[in-house]
Amino acid sequence: MTTLTESLNPGALTSGRLPRMAEPGILIGAAIAGLTIAALIANGNIALGVVLAYVIFLITIEIVARIVEGPRQAADRRARSLIVGAFVLALIPLGSVTYEVVKNGMARFDLNYFSMSMRNIVGEGGGAAHAITGTLWVTGIASLISVPIGLMTAIYLSEYGARSKLAQSITFFVDVMTGIPSIVAGLFAYSLMAMLFGPGTVSGFAGSIALSVLMIPVVVRSCEELLRLVPNELREASYALGVPTWLTIVKVVVPTAISGIVSGVILAVARVIGETAPLLIAAGFTASLNNNPFSGPMMTLPVFVYDSYAHPGIPPQAYLDRAWAGALTLIVIVMVLNLTGRLIARRFAPKTGR
Amino acid sequence: MSKRIEITDLNVYYGTFRAVEDVSMTIEPKAVTAFIGPSGCGKSTFLRTLNRMHEVIPGARVEGEVLLDGENLYGPGVDPVRVRRHVGMVFQRPNPFPTMSIKENVLAGINLNNKRMPNSEKDELAEQALRGANLWEEVKNRLDLPGSGLSGGQQQRLCIARAIAMQPEVLLMDEPCSALDPISTLAIEDLMTELKDRYTIVIVTHNMQQAARVSDTTAFFNIAGTGAPGRLIEVGPTDKIFSTPDVKDTEDYISGRFG
Repeated sequence: MTTLTESLNPGALTSGRLPRMAEPGILIGAAIAGLTIAALIANGNIALGVVLAYVIFLITIEIVARIVEGPRQAADRRARSLIVGAFVLALIPLGSVTYEVVKNGMARFDLNYFSMSMRNIVGEGGGAAHAITGTLWVTGIASLISVPIGLMTAIYLSEYGARSKLAQSITFFVDVMTGIPSIVAGLFAYSLMAMLFGPGTVSGFAGSIALSVLMIPVVVRSCEELLRLVPNELREASYALGVPTWLTIVKVVVPTAISGIVSGVILAVARVIGETAPLLIAAGFTASLNNNPFSGPMMTLPVFVYDSYAHPGIPPQAYLDRAWAGALTLIVIVMVLNLTGRLIARRFAPKTGR
Repeated sequence: MSKRIEITDLNVYYGTFRAVEDVSMTIEPKAVTAFIGPSGCGKSTFLRTLNRMHEVIPGARVEGEVLLDGENLYGPGVDPVRVRRHVGMVFQRPNPFPTMSIKENVLAGINLNNKRMPNSEKDELAEQALRGANLWEEVKNRLDLPGSGLSGGQQQRLCIARAIAMQPEVLLMDEPCSALDPISTLAIEDLMTELKDRYTIVIVTHNMQQAARVSDTTAFFNIAGTGAPGRLIEVGPTDKIFSTPDVKDTEDYISGRFG
């Protein structure tokens, strides 16, 4: 007791604190200093100014905090500034892409764009209705193929396989498949179709096959991880009620993990919906609307964007505008998918109660 | 409803490791039998062999006989799924299904097995099971809320309701009170005393006062050392085990001299 009271002389538990406005104040000062230096020495180069401002801020906050608050708080502020800096750095390309796509895409983001195809259209006008429906067909069929196969493989790996040789080799090959270059998937689908229906057969379905090859491993991996997260206690509770294994999986394990599975599937769709190369090979290229995925080439949005941008006609601006609008449409589709996925996930998520 | 369990020369293995050695005992119907002993002595493992739940762990196997009213649980052609419909189990940690409401949890045994039953009968069964688990009064107004919103003690009684809704003949309880506070523990102990009129109850517990309070028969398990199999040291009427046990190890354990 005595040693404790002795060590607690006045001020032992307090230390200096920077006022709350100190950090934002230093940040503003550093920004002004950095941008001024950049204006003076580099002709107002904004990127250089921002980097300089960040460095000046790091140094100043370190010195000030060290003097007022001590080394531990200074280290805390340094780590926080670095982390926030990394976050902002990661955000810049995202914001920049979104800004550019929206700015350039809005020019042709109109009713005609969604109602017309490129059939008999040269120059201005026209739309991407054929590419949008094509993308929905190809990705939709790819999901119909990949989700059941992927989910069932994941169920085998997490519920039945349990470290068997077969499960280990499936895991290995799924990992290998994750790294397949997408062009290889396209060539695979193309040659499969060539073998079955003769050379040169392109169709929406062939595109779906190519996308499935890319999608299945993503679905398997994410679903497997999520199924493993389901607590064993729930399986045991179900078994103890005399429920057979398959009913336990269908009615307890999968429903418990369903919200994560839905997000995993949405992520997998988002991963493949923007694929260009395999679709260019397997689904082909057309200017007309084709609603039969089993016959004839089918246009898709990424291919449409690529083609409009790489081979513009006259006037080129009309083609470039359509390409940007196509990119914007892709982003909107992925965003809508994501939001629906989140809504579905919330609807099915385990109820937390209260 | 309740049935007698006779165990003869039971050995339990995990792979090549023998976890429980040569257990022979009889578990009487309409009574509470308590298993006590230090951690790792195989009492939970042994309990799980009584409804073949140990098979959930890969590599687990059993030698010997477990007779449920004369019928061998390990006989040829016996389906473990059917065994578990007759021998219910409650676990150490309350584990209601997080995706289901309170009522759906109670009826899980029916719903998960795809059994068809008119809604009125389901309601009746749910009420009966919840009353049986002394939970009805507390939850009757919120049957459609998630089961995970209940307190720990209520969740454990929900799990008991879920087990007795299957109308089993035997109810196994693996340390059902170890995660609960004294008030909830008391509620579950009272419940056990009520339930033994209808079921054969087997409980594993680390709490010797609990064993002394609720059980009619007590079995003491022990291990010789790490890696050695668990053995049944002594089994007898609870009064006798806690006052004048035959074996010195039992007396040492009960009086707190070791373990």
